[in-house]
Amino acid sequence: MRYILFLYAAIAFVVLAAGSIILPDWAMFLFAMALAKGLVCLGIVAMMRGGVVSFGQGLYYCIGAYTATLAANLWGVSDIFALTLFSSVVCLIVGMIFGPMLATYRGIFFAMLTLALSMVLYGTLSKMSVIGGSDGLNIGSPTFLGWAPEGRDLQTALYIYVVAIVVITGTLMRIYFDSEQGLITLATRDNELRVEYLGASVRKVMAYNYTFAAVLGGLGGTIAVVALGHVDPEFAFWTTSGEFVFVAILAGYMSVPAVFVAAIILEVVRSFSNLYFPNTWQLSLGIFLLIVIVTLPNGLGSLLSRRKGGKT
Amino acid sequence: MSAGVLEVRDVQKSFGAVTAAKDISVSVPKGAIYSLIGSNGAGKTTFVNMVTGYIKPDSGEINFGSRNIAGLAPRLITRLGIHRSFQIAQLCNELTVEENMLLAGAIHHDERLSFFRHAHSADARERAMATLERFHIAEHRNRLIPELSGGVKKLLDIAMAMAGETQVMLLDEPTSGVAADEKFPIMDLVIEALRAEGVTVIFVEHDMEIVTRYSERVLAFYDGQIIADDTPDEVLLDEKVQRYVTGGPA
Repeated sequence: MRYILFLYAAIAFVVLAAGSIILPDWAMFLFAMALAKGLVCLGIVAMMRGGVVSFGQGLYYCIGAYTATLAANLWGVSDIFALTLFSSVVCLIVGMIFGPMLATYRGIFFAMLTLALSMVLYGTLSKMSVIGGSDGLNIGSPTFLGWAPEGRDLQTALYIYVVAIVVITGTLMRIYFDSEQGLITLATRDNELRVEYLGASVRKVMAYNYTFAAVLGGLGGTIAVVALGHVDPEFAFWTTSGEFVFVAILAGYMSVPAVFVAAIILEVVRSFSNLYFPNTWQLSLGIFLLIVIVTLPNGLGSLLSRRKGGKT
Repeated sequence: MSAGVLEVRDVQKSFGAVTAAKDISVSVPKGAIYSLIGSNGAGKTTFVNMVTGYIKPDSGEINFGSRNIAGLAPRLITRLGIHRSFQIAQLCNELTVEENMLLAGAIHHDERLSFFRHAHSADARERAMATLERFHIAEHRNRLIPELSGGVKKLLDIAMAMAGETQVMLLDEPTSGVAADEKFPIMDLVIEALRAEGVTVIFVEHDMEIVTRYSERVLAFYDGQIIADDTPDEVLLDEKVQRYVTGGPA
């Protein structure tokens, strides 16, 4: 079964990467940002499969972005691979610290604690003038294993890099979701007592998912800051986290591609709503989400998944 | 009395002013089939919950082999080989019957659960199907739990508990919520499967026909204490048991 997954991944990479030939710069930027945010949302989906939703995933989006920016500004690291790896490791460590602590909480308590952590970071960064305070920091253009493209080439290279990260990460997460641990995550969402009495640790399951989500958040934040060239504490603000939850609900928990499709839809709807209804674009987004919830209660992913049952 | 596979010694448990277990001492030999009887609130489920780690006793010892398991987490007790089923079948409603079985198989098969090994691999499905067939519920493999009858749910609950290397099985009211005509076929199936593997069985039951038919020894509970511990015939003739548990001769 795995070879089919790898085949789909290869096709997805080729199709998405081919977009760099036909897409204008603005569209490549929009897609790169959408896919970067999709990575963060994929982390939320991983947690949703276990029955919890983080309202504070902006925490790792922000940590990833600031880590990459500080590594670039303080130590002169410009290679995007090194920046991505470094940010991911930092987020992994932070996730491994908070994951076991949060793994005992469920429902609104989990959601509010994750939100609180992200808002603590937001408040702290806003007051720390040494790293830009509320104005944030800028980051220079990245290099790719020593290659320093500019203009359209930079945009293309960055876009293809994002596509590669998304395809690799998405494939790995699909493998995880289909694995024994993935099945236990789904069972945990359903009946924790049963899982414990079969001999598995629900707390570990929750901690793993939280930690994976942290790494995905860091990846998304790194790509976003490199694409934007700027980071500020708003990355950790609750509205940013809310946007990630919006995408996760839109996508549902059944399908990995649906997460990225939902992220792209959100970016496109927001961009065009902003253009045509600058004062009421949030209203357009709200109506759009309502329509999706009413017509597809299990999210867009239910269209792509053969799985029966389940609720978002 | 020779040392049993499960030795419970002087176990006590109180919930505030209510004493749910008073000086409970039992020795269950390997491969034996015990039943627990008693009216509601007598302490049967508290006993099962203490042995399986859901409740920590206030004092006393619960020895399984050479290890005192009192107060251990349920998952650690399960890992040691003491498994249980529930009065209300505990299943994952959003998963199919086969997936519930795959879940049990995955957890029991290997202590180190894989992030990569496919949960629906051919091997795993074969193992799951073999267990489902053994409990005569393979035909339901693609159905979700809410679509099943009470009897099938009970069998699946027990089958999941049996997926690992079970040494002691505690069944909490295995026939509650099951249609009257399904009770004996279900018990025949379950007891036969457990006997075949030499599993020690302790089951909670209110139906005295089932108690006399399937158990070798009966523990009668009243007010948190064991008031009789003998063969079914002897226990059911016991004066205290007739007064406090059965309400008359069986």
